[in-house]
Parts: sequence; C-alpha cells; structure tokens
Amino acid sequence: MRYENVLDSLGHTPLVGLPRLSPPVPAGAGDVRLWAKLEDRNPTGSVKDRAAFYMIAQAEKEGLLQPGSVILEPTSGNTGISLAMVSRLRGYRLIVVMPENTSTERRQLLRMYGAEIIGSPAAGGSNEAVRVAKQLAAEHPDWVMLYQYGNEANARAHYETTGPEILEDLPSITHFVAGLGTTGTLMGAGRYLREHKPDIKIVAAEPRYGELVYGLRNIDEGFVPELYDESVLTTRFSVSSADALRRTRQFIDAEGIFAGISAGGALHAGLGMAAKAVDAGERADIVVLVADGGWKYLSTGAYSGTLEEAESDLEGQLWA
Amino acid sequence: MAIEVRIPTILRTYTDGAKQVEGAGSTLDELFTDLDGRHGGLRERLVDDKGLRRFVNVYLNDEDVRFLSGLDTPVKDVDTVTVLPAVAGGDR
Repeated sequence: MRYENVLDSLGHTPLVGLPRLSPPVPAGAGDVRLWAKLEDRNPTGSVKDRAAFYMIAQAEKEGLLQPGSVILEPTSGNTGISLAMVSRLRGYRLIVVMPENTSTERRQLLRMYGAEIIGSPAAGGSNEAVRVAKQLAAEHPDWVMLYQYGNEANARAHYETTGPEILEDLPSITHFVAGLGTTGTLMGAGRYLREHKPDIKIVAAEPRYGELVYGLRNIDEGFVPELYDESVLTTRFSVSSADALRRTRQFIDAEGIFAGISAGGALHAGLGMAAKAVDAGERADIVVLVADGGWKYLSTGAYSGTLEEAESDLEGQLWA
Repeated sequence: MAIEVRIPTILRTYTDGAKQVEGAGSTLDELFTDLDGRHGGLRERLVDDKGLRRFVNVYLNDEDVRFLSGLDTPVKDVDTVTVLPAVAGGDR
C-alpha cells in the first residue's frame, strides 16, 4: 500500500481470525468464530488516531486552528499521543491534562511529540482531568478544546471508517465488542453496523479500576460522556483488571497477538458472548477491537511475573 | 438467601466502612430496600423517583442492569451485585 504521507495511512487495519481462542462447537452446530481488529496498526499505534485526525480536521474546517494555535485536551494517553503527532506536523501547540498515575511510556511519548503536560491529581482519575481542562478552557477562550468525550467528530470517525471496514471484511458479523471509554468507537461503529445489520449485538467492555479512580467528593459528581447513547448498545460488561490481564496474556499465548490491556477486557466480553452462542447452538462471528499494542503497558508489570503479581502491580494504575 | 453487594468507597459511610454487604430480595428493587433497612439512607443514594440515579451504575454478575431489567432485574443467591459511580475512567 502506498500513501502520500503518514496521515493518509489512517485506518484500513487488519481483521484477523482467532482460531485458537474461538470455542469448539458440537457437530452440526454453526461455527462460533472470534476475530480481532488490530487498531495498533494506525499511524501512532492506536484506534485514537481515527478520532484525533477527524476532530482536528473538523476544527480546521471550522477555521478554529491556524499554525500556532493552542489545542487543549483532557487525555491520559492515546488521544493525546495522536493529537500530539498531528499537532507537530501542523504547527499547533498541544497541552494535555492528565492524571498523575499513568504509565511512564505515555508521558515520554507525549513529550517526544512536543506536547506539554499538566498533571491532575491521581485520585478521581479522568473525571478530575476533565474538570481541570474545562476550567482551563474557560480561562483561555482562545485555546481550542476538542473534547473527545463530547465531540461528534470522534464518533463520526468510527461511523465513517471503523464500522464500514469491519462490515466490508466480515459481512457475516454477529457481534461487535469494544472497550467503552469516551464511547466514540461503540457509538460510531455501533450505529453504522446497526444500520446495516439490525440484529447485530453491540457489546461494551468497561474497565473496572482500583478504588482510587472512583474516589469522588460525592456520587453526583459522576460523569457520563456526552457522546454516550445507551440505545446503541445491546449490553455492557464491567471487566476487572484481573480478567483483562488474564485475557491479554491469552491473546499472546494462544494467538501471538501483543495487545494492550483494554483489548484483554474486550476479549473477555467477547469470549463471554462466544460461550453464550455455543450454549444457544447459534453461529457467531464476533469482532473484538484491539485498541492498541502492549508497548505502553510494559512498565506496569502486566506482561511479566505471575498474574497475581501483575494484578497487584496494576492496582491504582489506569490501565485502559 | 444472601446476595453479595459490593459498595464503592463513596457510599461506605452508609455501611460502616464495609466494602461488601449481604442482602436479600428477588429483584434489585427489593434488594436495595432490604439493604436500606440495615444501612439507612443507602437506597436514596442509588435510586430516585425516575429509577437508578444517573451517575450510579449497577452490575449484576458484571452486566449493567440497565441492559437487563433495571430495578426489576431478578436476583438470586450466589449473585454478585456491584455498585460503581459513573466516571470518566482512565486512559483515553
């Protein structure tokens, strides 16, 4: 494949079968097959490239960005890295607000691309980063906050790219499973897939963190991304770090796929759906989205030592 | 009959600091009422006149009850109910 520049190489990521993770079925029953869409094969290595490129493109179209413009974003990882890369190429200045307890590779990558980092307190996780960013945006009206949690271009990126790619590669799809964060992937790809396959199951895998992340002053300080539309989902699972870790290692052991921990979470939900299909004697083609590779999580201990050690190392960290 | 209910940090003031309590009931609604009997005020933090509060998520065996039958979701012994506040979460 040839592209004029790296930004043009966005998307068109591989969909790979998972023959060893797919469950056996009784004779005569329809096949239950798992598939992984490898989003680490994007320009900066994650699914967020789609949202970031689209959000910046939309802001440029609206005349909000010129060389020298400041972009502000609450992001502890992939979105920031993606925005940082594009900002570098376009001459924008990127300021990211992120919790202090994210992995060191993350900060290194952001600084490498020239982003400036403002840390928010670890307790309260991304809620706090969002709050701090909104406050900064109010204090600096000339800064552009793309706001991935509410920006329609985020979901639209998936409606226009991720969803169509999946359907083209696997017209027989029955389930789409992805991590739930800003909800952009599930809302965008989910809407597209539902429009074309009304019976499809759209399944969210929501990471369940250690207690620190849920520390709030009161329960009404909670946060639901503005993009979130519950009606797009068929169901939503809360996945523990233990389960996500176990499945991340299974990705490597069974299929040789070095995936990030959120992909382990999505695989966990996907395997649950596969088991249900086998029990019901129904065929299934289940696509699990692998949001990124494992590189940024190596320092978390997730890929070395026993599962128990890995789990305890991950406690208090934001792994997805 | 004992259903295990996991309580988030923010609500442990109602459970004397316990991170896990036990309750009974054949639906989530009944379970919350049962818990309220021993942990007064807890139900009101979870439920308002429209149903489950907006920033409260409840999972039955890890599945979001808003996709089951909400407060009418049947529950039974050996089930685990997890209550979590809705958060922006982590790494995006």
